Order: sequence, then C-alpha cells, then structure tokens
Amino acid sequence: MFVFILKRLLQSVAVLLAVGFVAFSLFRYVGDPINAMVGQDTSAEERETLREKLGLNDPAPIQFLTFIANAAQGKFGLSYRTSEPVGRMILERVPATLELSFCAAIFALFVGVPMGVYTGLYPRHWTSQLFQAVSLIGVSLPTFLIGIVLILIFAVWLKLLPSFGRGETVDLGWWTTNFLTWSGLKALILPSITLGLFQLTLLMRLVRSEMLEVMRTDYIKFARARGLTNRAINFGHALKNTLVPVITVAGLQLGALIAFAIVTETVFAWPGVGQLFIQSVQFADIPVMAAYLLLIGLLFVVINLTVDLLYFAVDPRLRSQGGAARVAGH
Amino acid sequence: MATGAAFSGWLHRAADSDIWWSFKSSPMTIAAATATFLIVAVAFLSPVLAPHTPFDPATLNLSDGLKPPVLLSADGDWRFPLGTDDQGRDILSSIMYGTRLSLLVGLASVVVAMALGIVLGLLSGYLGGTVDAVIMRVADVQLTFPAILVALLIDGVVRGLISVKRHDEIAVFVIVGAIGLSFWVQYARTVRGSVMVEKNKEYVQAARVIGLSPLLIMVRHVLPNVTGPVLVIATINLGLAIITEATLSFLGVGLPSTQPSLGTLIRLGNEVLQSGDWWITVFPGATLAALVLAVNLLGDWLRDALNPKLR
Repeated sequence: MFVFILKRLLQSVAVLLAVGFVAFSLFRYVGDPINAMVGQDTSAEERETLREKLGLNDPAPIQFLTFIANAAQGKFGLSYRTSEPVGRMILERVPATLELSFCAAIFALFVGVPMGVYTGLYPRHWTSQLFQAVSLIGVSLPTFLIGIVLILIFAVWLKLLPSFGRGETVDLGWWTTNFLTWSGLKALILPSITLGLFQLTLLMRLVRSEMLEVMRTDYIKFARARGLTNRAINFGHALKNTLVPVITVAGLQLGALIAFAIVTETVFAWPGVGQLFIQSVQFADIPVMAAYLLLIGLLFVVINLTVDLLYFAVDPRLRSQGGAARVAGH
Repeated sequence: MATGAAFSGWLHRAADSDIWWSFKSSPMTIAAATATFLIVAVAFLSPVLAPHTPFDPATLNLSDGLKPPVLLSADGDWRFPLGTDDQGRDILSSIMYGTRLSLLVGLASVVVAMALGIVLGLLSGYLGGTVDAVIMRVADVQLTFPAILVALLIDGVVRGLISVKRHDEIAVFVIVGAIGLSFWVQYARTVRGSVMVEKNKEYVQAARVIGLSPLLIMVRHVLPNVTGPVLVIATINLGLAIITEATLSFLGVGLPSTQPSLGTLIRLGNEVLQSGDWWITVFPGATLAALVLAVNLLGDWLRDALNPKLR
C-alpha cells in the first residue's frame, strides 16, 4: 500500500510538472510579456534593459523554475486585458465558482443517488421507466441548452427566479458568500440545477445499474433469509456495496463540475473563475489562461489522487491486495 | 449487367446480416436513423430548400425583424414560418444553414481526431519503447482534463498567435483543429491496444520475414484489422463533437456570427431572450437536441450491434 501511494504521488507530481511546462510555454512564448508592460513608443534598448531585468534573457530552464516558484506564491503576472495582477483577479472570483459547484454537487448527490436506488430496486415500476427516459434526454442535452430552457421558463415566463448574477452577497473579508442573503440563495437555484443535472443523470444511471447487479448476489439472498428488514438490506447491504464506483465517478465528476462551470457561468452571467477564463480566451489574455490552466491542473491532480486513496478507505479487499503486493515485492 | 448482379448479391448478403437484423428489430433505432437522415438531407440541401439566404445582407429587411412563429401568433408572416430575429433573418433558413455547418464541423473534427489517433496509436503500439512512452504520457496528461477545456485552451492560444480579424476568417479550421486535438486520445489508446495484440500474430511475422517495411506492415496489414473499434468510437464521438462545437460557439469562441452554426444561433438568440423573443433561441436549440439525440442513439446501437459479447 505504501509503495502504491508513493507511486501515485510521483505520478501526480509528473503530471503537474507537465501542466506547468505547458503553462510556462504559453506565458513565455505565445504572448510577449514585455509588450503588455510598455507603451508603443518604448525604444528597443529600453525593452532590452527591461528584458534583462525581468530575467527574460536567462536560460529557459531557469526561467521555468522562476515561473514555477512565482506560481507557487500566487504570482502569475499582470493581465493583458485589465493590467491587474492575475492572482488577485482569480482569487476574487474563486468563492462564486466554488459555491456554485458545491450546490450543484449537493443537488446531484442528494437527488441522483436516491433516484438511482429507487429505479434499481423497482426497475419495472412506471416511475422508474420515466426516470430512465428523462435521464437519457438529460445526458444528450448540452448544458447551455438546459440553462436557457430553465431561464426561459422560470425567469422570463414565470418571473420567479433571477436569471443572471449572484444577487446580493455578504463580504466576509476574504470570501464573498451567497448563503446569507435571500436574493443570493434565490440566484443560486437555477445555475446549480443547470450545472448539476448532467452529473445527476450520470449518478442515477450508475447507482441503478450497480444496485441491479448487487440485488442478485448471494449475500442479499442470505440477508433476506436471516429475516433482516428491507430497509437494512437495501441501505446497509446493497447500497454500501455500490459505493466504490459511485465514489470514483462522483469524485472525478467534481472536477468536471468546476470545468463545466465555465458554460453555466456564461449562461447565467455568474461572476466566477470560468467567466474570467472565457473572457481571457476571447481576448487572448495569455497570463490569465496560463494561471487558470495551472490551477485546474492542480485541482484535477488532487481530486484524482484523493479518489484513489479513498478506495483504500472504502474497499477492504484493496488494502489486503496492496499488502500482498508489498510482500511479493520484497 | 455484371455490376447489377454484384450489387444485388451484395444486397442479399446485407439483408441476411446480423447488423441488418438488429437494426430491423429496434424501432427506436429506425426512428433515430430516419431522424438523422432527414436532418442531414435537409441540412445539405439547404441552398435549394431554404426559403431565404439569411446571411446575405442584401436580402434582409429590418422591418421584417422579430416576427413570431406563424402558428403561435397572429403577427406571424407566412414568408417566415418559424419567425425572424432582430435583423429580420428567417429562423428556418438560418437553422438549415447552421445545421449544415454544425454537421460539417462535427464530421471534420471527428476525422481529424481519428486520423491523429490512428497514426499515433499505430506508431505507439508498433514501435513501442520510447515513442510509446512519450505518446502515452502525453495522452495521460491530456486525459486529466475534460476535452472541452483542452479545446478552449487551443482556441485561446491560436487567438494569441494571430490577429482577431484573421481568426474570424479561419475560424472553421481553428475549431475543427481544436476539437480534433482534444479527442484523439481515445482512438490512440484503442488502436495501440489492438496493434499490440495484432503485431505478434503470424501474418505480421510473415510480412516481416518477407522483408516488408514497417510502414507498409502498419498501413496494409495491421490497420485494416483494428478499424472496427475505431469506427464505433467515431460514431459515438460524433454527437460529442457536435455538442462541443455548439458549446464553443455558444461561449463566443467558436464560429463567428457571420458564419453561424447552431451554437452561434443559440448564443445570438440568448442575448435577446430576456425580452421574451424565445423562438430565436428555442428552435435552433431543439434542432441541436434532436440531432444529437438521434446521432447518439445510432451510435449506441452500432456499438451494441458490433460487439459480439453483448449478443
């Protein structure tokens, strides 16, 4: 197990370095940092002095190390578009994206898993068939279309919920939150449903097929023979054994949620990191793109690593296998 | 005559095949195939069928702007069955031309991804060693990110390298390249896996013994034996490629409004959605949803029909 964890850690570091290298190449070679800092009338010598001073004439490996060291301290340079420090621009927008993704994940988990359990236990019931049909459509529809349809129904026609922005937020100093005002909570509803719907259908279909499989196994029959209540069998025995694939998918989808927040944030004019990224793609604002790439890379690597480690907590078989592999290794 | 006989012989064989039987016995698949065929036919015949040429400014009249659909409102105009947008463009014609563009971009990017994936997968599987290691590590890193992020990033980099005006002119190629580059990994992995199995079989050893070059062995002998799974992935990815293009265009980094795909039309409609002019965005949206659903159902059927394990 220890060897496995060490291997996974090394792999993660390698992926991060590769992502860092791509981000560095973007930052250094696609955009010219000097052009962003000086005016049109700066002479060639002045540019050269500045180049020397900023270390842009150093050998590439040294520049790469400097770039990584700066990134680790949150220094990503200045945006080409607004001339603000990129680190601060991103930090200001992180709470909006995280709160949105969090609500979407909660929605997907707490609606998707029960729906999956229900359709898995009673696959022939008409409501299960209805859930199945709806989920097929849910998987095929692009996120932005779902958002537009929700806006049309609930904001334009029924005028119940706001269709853009975060509403009123409360500033806690280092974090702005939607959870403390009524309008902030209302503003969260439509974007969270839009963002979470795909994950909901995915989780539901996964839990359903796992439940169908588990319900056929011998230990469920044995549990029935022991006279356990349906409730204890369904949740204590069956659901618990579907958890391994569910944790994998839910974990990996958490990353996808934050990535797809780009689309949802654009539909709902949600002032998050995704919206910033789209603006930076439109304006070819390379420093923001490089920083976003690094952050998302870090996020995905951490999520993948956590998911892998969670297996050990959930599935005792893996622990003994890991142990066996270690013995064989010696 | 000879070709006629060969053709009817081929028809008989096709009518006897397992695939045709599984197609016939699934009403859902027949419906999906019919829908796909209709959408594709109408889209590609749009220059003949479309009542207007919506993106020729000379034919537009601002006084025709924002007409609602005919059947739903008394203000409708029979010249514009699905209504018009704020510029007076006919929605029906825009959708027909837009669907054609969405389909073309989707198909082209699947072809690019497939070609790239096949070449890299063949090299990786056949040569092994360092080439294999490098290609597969790049694939691993790319798989860490969702495809749409990769496509967005490639698009952004291209924008950084060329001017905005120039970008609009070559937007179609940029988008095809960006989507193609973000979907190659799956093909490469599949081809690599099959090649590693195939390359140890007798026929490949025989080809090597008679002194054929590695290139010839890969292309003439190994490649035909790994195309099956690749074609299945391509069908399933077509729906995904169409959605990705629509999403990029919707985000405003895909096709420009001078050359609108379905995604661009939905974005343009979304900008005026608040005023209640829903038809500008809903009809292209419904077309996109129908197209993707039909293509996905066909892809799922093909995957099951070609997979002997599931029979």
